[in-house]
Amino acid sequence: MKLDDETQGMLAGEFGPVRQWAAHHQVTVGNFFDAEDLVPVGQAHIMADTEATGSSGVEFLEELAKAPQNQRRVRIPTITDPRGVDFNAYKRLKQTDGMVDLERRLIAAFEAFGVLMTNTCINYQTILPPVHGEHLAFGDTGVVIYSNAVLGARSNFEGGPSALSAALTGRTPRYGYHLEQNRVGTIHYEVSHQPRDLSDWGALGGIVGRRTDSYWRVPVVSGLKSVPNSDEMKHFGAAAASFGSLAMFHIPGVTPEAPDIAAAFGGNPIPKAEAIAAADFEAFYESYAARGDKVDVVVFSAPQLSLLEMEQVANLCDGRRIHSGTTLIAVTSPEIKFAADRMGLTKRIEASGAIVLEGVCFYQSYAREMAEANGWKRLMSNSAKLVNIIGGYGYKPTLATMEKCVDCAVAGKVL
Amino acid sequence: MPIVYRCHPGIGAAVTGTALVAEDNFSARYDLDRKKGVFSRPAHKLFGEDYRDKILVLNTAKGGVASAWMLREMVQSGITPKALVFNTVNTILAQGGAFADLTMVDRFECPNITTQIRSGDEVHIDPEKGEVTVLNRD
Repeated sequence: MKLDDETQGMLAGEFGPVRQWAAHHQVTVGNFFDAEDLVPVGQAHIMADTEATGSSGVEFLEELAKAPQNQRRVRIPTITDPRGVDFNAYKRLKQTDGMVDLERRLIAAFEAFGVLMTNTCINYQTILPPVHGEHLAFGDTGVVIYSNAVLGARSNFEGGPSALSAALTGRTPRYGYHLEQNRVGTIHYEVSHQPRDLSDWGALGGIVGRRTDSYWRVPVVSGLKSVPNSDEMKHFGAAAASFGSLAMFHIPGVTPEAPDIAAAFGGNPIPKAEAIAAADFEAFYESYAARGDKVDVVVFSAPQLSLLEMEQVANLCDGRRIHSGTTLIAVTSPEIKFAADRMGLTKRIEASGAIVLEGVCFYQSYAREMAEANGWKRLMSNSAKLVNIIGGYGYKPTLATMEKCVDCAVAGKVL
Repeated sequence: MPIVYRCHPGIGAAVTGTALVAEDNFSARYDLDRKKGVFSRPAHKLFGEDYRDKILVLNTAKGGVASAWMLREMVQSGITPKALVFNTVNTILAQGGAFADLTMVDRFECPNITTQIRSGDEVHIDPEKGEVTVLNRD
């Protein structure tokens, strides 16, 4: 890799052992992907919930955080993905004091680096939306695919250690979606069934993700009759990233790098489209169907809810009571929680017996331990991303619209 | 004569071990019970299989950025695969391999490494050379 003098200095330890570690990590990753150099980045977003880091990750960060301030402070604005524990709600969820202690230690370490604890996976809706052409080092796959595809920014999936490295050096290896030639469409889908609600958009993302099935392929989705809003794009992208490890897509006429289908494929021949029809949506939902089963927990999360989604949950919960054998959880970011409190949405949701969580995401919150402690098995959600992930934690997931999820939470069973 | 498969230079030290193979994908968060050391997602082709000290040979990486942290936690806990071999990795697995110093290679000259290596094969990986050698078959 071609490295500038400052990076060479970091590698040589001239800026202390913390930046030396970061630069060394970036060169190892850059060499693996044949990166020619490092590109300056404007923001870093770090995924580092303690369920993922484990105690060894926390100890690693605590060790780095002991360095003198000028050696450890981040060089660019750096924010965080959801945490593992909501300190105001962990006892209701039967999370443990040990989990809380680990989270507090991790937060202290990050604050020593100068990281802003935003605790959100919807930073593009709530903190500082990326700009077309801006190079970034973002964690959270849903954040990356939205930033690349919907906003035209440039980021790879940056895991926690890599995002922290970028924060410490102000750069990241230039490979993957930082390069123009990797951002053009490589596979074409034609949709003949129009998504109607958020779970449909997630299902479409899941179908596209499953079929595309590679970080390095870029789907182009045509045939959509309406322009999806930010929440619809959020669910589509998060599911595509989850099911297929995708980091980029184009919707001709909608996403900024695809004013038309020819541009979506970068002027290359347009491939024959694979059809996505109503039957594909039906099969997708059917693969998670469980009619008549008791519902243990209904979760609106992954990604965190926008203010408008919080309002939808409040509208559906008004005047109703969640079944005594079912827990309904709605999860949002700290900024949106503050707004939801101020506007009375939290109060309306919790009046039904539901729980509103902030700054966490369900699957990043010790989901297996929560299932064991609360006796949860059957989970319902309108998030295709969540139903894809949560099976690995011992749950039996069912995908349905937000409206049906609330109906089932009130009934205590899958209707 | 051992069978040698050439790939892109990888990450980590040279290792030898027993292969566990599936034409399926991989995420440390989605697919594993990391305390028990088994594949825990029912839909995974290796569901129920013990991955400890095995050389995992799989297609590609799925979803989640969490694997970048989890690989190091797995290595430090001792409940870990010995190495990861993929047709292609995403960025997260490579970053996680670098952070954990876990042996990892991908991008083979053959079109699908999961159909070449069999579960139970004795395999040697040389990441620096970009070579995977099956030792127990000609």
